[in-house]
Amino acid sequence: MPSTITPINTEREKKRRLDDHDSGHGRRPPTDKRTGGGGDNDNWNDKPQGRRGPREKLGRARLGLFFGLAGDLMFFIAIVSAFFVAQGTRHIDAYNRYINEWLPTAIPPILWLNTGVLLISAVTMEIARRTMFVENDVMDEWLGLGKPITRRALPWLSATMFFGLLFLAGQWIAWNQLAVQHVFFRSNPSSHFFYLITYTHAIHLFLGIGALTASLVGLYASRQLETRQILVDCTGWYWHAMGLLWLFLFVLLAFFQ
Amino acid sequence: MSSNPANRAAPHTRAVHPAQCIFSTDHRIIGRQYLVLALVSVILGTLLSLIMRIHLVWPEFFRNPLIKPEDYLAIVTLHGTIMLFFVLTTAPQSGFGNLILPSQIGARHMAFPRLNAASFWLTAIALLVLLASPFVPGGTAISGWTAYPPLSAVASAGPGQALGMDLWLVSIALFAIASTISSINTLVTIVRLRCHGMTWDRLPLTVWGWFTAALLSILAFSVLLAALLMLFCDRHAGTSFFLPTGDLVNGVIHQRGNGSPLLWLHLFWFFGHPEVYIAILPGMGLTSMVLANFSHRRVFGYRLMIATTLAIGFLGILLWGHHMFVAGLNPFASTAFSVTTIAIALPASAKVLSWIATTWRSRPRYTTAMLFSLGFVSLFVTGGLTGPVLAQPILDEYLHNTTFVVGHFHLIMSMAGIVGLFAAIYYWFPQLTASARRPGRLLSESLGRWHFWLTIIGAYTCFLPMYFTGLAGEPRQYAQITAIPNAAGRLLAATRPLNLHITYGAIFLAAAQFVFLYNLIRSLRHGAVASPNPWSATTLEWHPAATDLASGEKITVYHSPCEYRTSPTAEVSFLPQWSEDAVTDVKPE
Repeated sequence: MPSTITPINTEREKKRRLDDHDSGHGRRPPTDKRTGGGGDNDNWNDKPQGRRGPREKLGRARLGLFFGLAGDLMFFIAIVSAFFVAQGTRHIDAYNRYINEWLPTAIPPILWLNTGVLLISAVTMEIARRTMFVENDVMDEWLGLGKPITRRALPWLSATMFFGLLFLAGQWIAWNQLAVQHVFFRSNPSSHFFYLITYTHAIHLFLGIGALTASLVGLYASRQLETRQILVDCTGWYWHAMGLLWLFLFVLLAFFQ
Repeated sequence: MSSNPANRAAPHTRAVHPAQCIFSTDHRIIGRQYLVLALVSVILGTLLSLIMRIHLVWPEFFRNPLIKPEDYLAIVTLHGTIMLFFVLTTAPQSGFGNLILPSQIGARHMAFPRLNAASFWLTAIALLVLLASPFVPGGTAISGWTAYPPLSAVASAGPGQALGMDLWLVSIALFAIASTISSINTLVTIVRLRCHGMTWDRLPLTVWGWFTAALLSILAFSVLLAALLMLFCDRHAGTSFFLPTGDLVNGVIHQRGNGSPLLWLHLFWFFGHPEVYIAILPGMGLTSMVLANFSHRRVFGYRLMIATTLAIGFLGILLWGHHMFVAGLNPFASTAFSVTTIAIALPASAKVLSWIATTWRSRPRYTTAMLFSLGFVSLFVTGGLTGPVLAQPILDEYLHNTTFVVGHFHLIMSMAGIVGLFAAIYYWFPQLTASARRPGRLLSESLGRWHFWLTIIGAYTCFLPMYFTGLAGEPRQYAQITAIPNAAGRLLAATRPLNLHITYGAIFLAAAQFVFLYNLIRSLRHGAVASPNPWSATTLEWHPAATDLASGEKITVYHSPCEYRTSPTAEVSFLPQWSEDAVTDVKPE
């Protein structure tokens, strides 16, 4: 007759946390809380922050570059928006006519060549970027057994630099060709934008050349392989961004005037 | 105040090269440098505003030297530029951001320390370039902080529009670059350097404010840079992005051009509107945290507050056209911008309601920081309620360029922003003053109370009547309100009594800040020594090891901020984020 006395477990149970998100209907999978969720990128051996290896610092540099490029993109979006607005702008002239003064600037054909050169430089840049991460050579260089990474990357970085400078020279020739035809920065609304767009892109590419120089110098001057990888990698992504941007701007100038 | 604030936090072990102190990459030193820059700027900006106010009601003071209307406009330009850029964008975001952000997320440093130092020094150079402009031939630019062309685009358009305008352009361009770099740093730090356990929804609302403001900065300042570049080209390269054809300027017809000043307005205000949200978002985050701290309450609707912060950031990009209602836009565009402007009142109101609900019937501890946070709410409401008024294009037809607008943005942006900064200073003074050699100190609470009440009374006395003078028709940026001969002049002169009141309020408000300055200088060395967590706060910057950079102690976060428990057994009723003791009864509170 004595029924099985089941002890009341609730008093002996460990108290529950209020924020364990279990309101009685089951819970979603637990969030990875190591650095605050999101899987912790590459932290396969649960090391503390700052000690997870070269990819950690590389990830931060890439993220910083990404945000910087986002801002840069807004810069060019502003100029491109102004470009389209100016194309459609009409005003009333002295004779009471409603006119549009936009006379499309024919792009110098050398720009096609320059575009090709920039694409080649993008290819060499990407190859250079990948040489920095070849596993066996990374190990050797890191251990101090020679400089295979530097040997691999040097020709490709130099090639990118060469093609980049060739692109800038080609742009300069294009500006000269326009100048010979008396089309200057100040000539007409279309030329304002042609020059503004090509000048600002060229300045950005020149900054890219600067980054390439820093990478080349860093290959020899920087003591940590990690730093050299970051330099080349970020230069590579920046270079690709400028290449893609040029493609977009070139199409704009060639076909959307 | 010590001669170089950087020296105070230098490591004690060996003699440090002065360049290491001055160009320090330590985020706390950089944060203090930004705050010193902002302090200098705010003093300059306040002096300029006092000159303006006194000139409006007592022009006889300025007979010798005489302030001509164009000089008055130069003062308007400098005041706006200094206050908005060098005070309200640097101090909340870069100053306190650098000082507190890493500690609040459990990081030891910002993501890119050298970039951080570079951005501060760029900002400092930008300020110096701007302050050089009164001393060049022609003087300061007179086109306002908004620099509308053709006044800003033609060097002969007015005094100071030659070299002075160029200096203004260079200064703001440098500032834009510095701000972008600083924002990149903030964003990467928040995304990548959070400590163990600091998930996105455990981030304090101040961090969410810095995050959103940094996102806005990156988007907005780049557009400003593009606009500045185009304006520079208009001035020096013979282009006509913003100059229309046949523009008669100062007796000369400028024939070239197909441009439009309206393009500048679009580009500038696409930057200009997010800029004011950049100025206010960190303050809003801080207000939530401080109110919760001293009310001993959780933030009401924490996730909602995160969402509203992001929503304000997002919507803030979509409503620049409300600065252009009278600029001749298509009326449909005006309607669209009016709708988005009113839409942003929704998350803003949600924030206000959350602040009120957080403190409702909580019997808070009225420290000075708490008082200033309540002041922030008050000023935000009084300034913000006239936002929907100005958002109606038909009302803005009348109110545009009147002192109604001036009252609106001064209450909601300047005063709420500055009051938010005061809350931050009183709250974080121990963090500001703690170093390896000296403990953190507290600002005097009694002086702080005086400062608060005098400031609030001064703020309302000064800026609330501007609504009424604006409704009465007083235009803004006018150098004089008396001695204008026609009927409109008589209308304007009728606002003089209220303007006198406003000027008294301005002088009172400025004088009240002496209490603060005295408090600040005295407490730097003689303030009460603060315990490690004087406010019983729950956020990570008050962790005992947070200010001790040498400590390798691993910080872990166990729960969201603002957890307060009234448990009879617990000694302390607040649960810091780093405390593991989250075990409580299952019964609801």
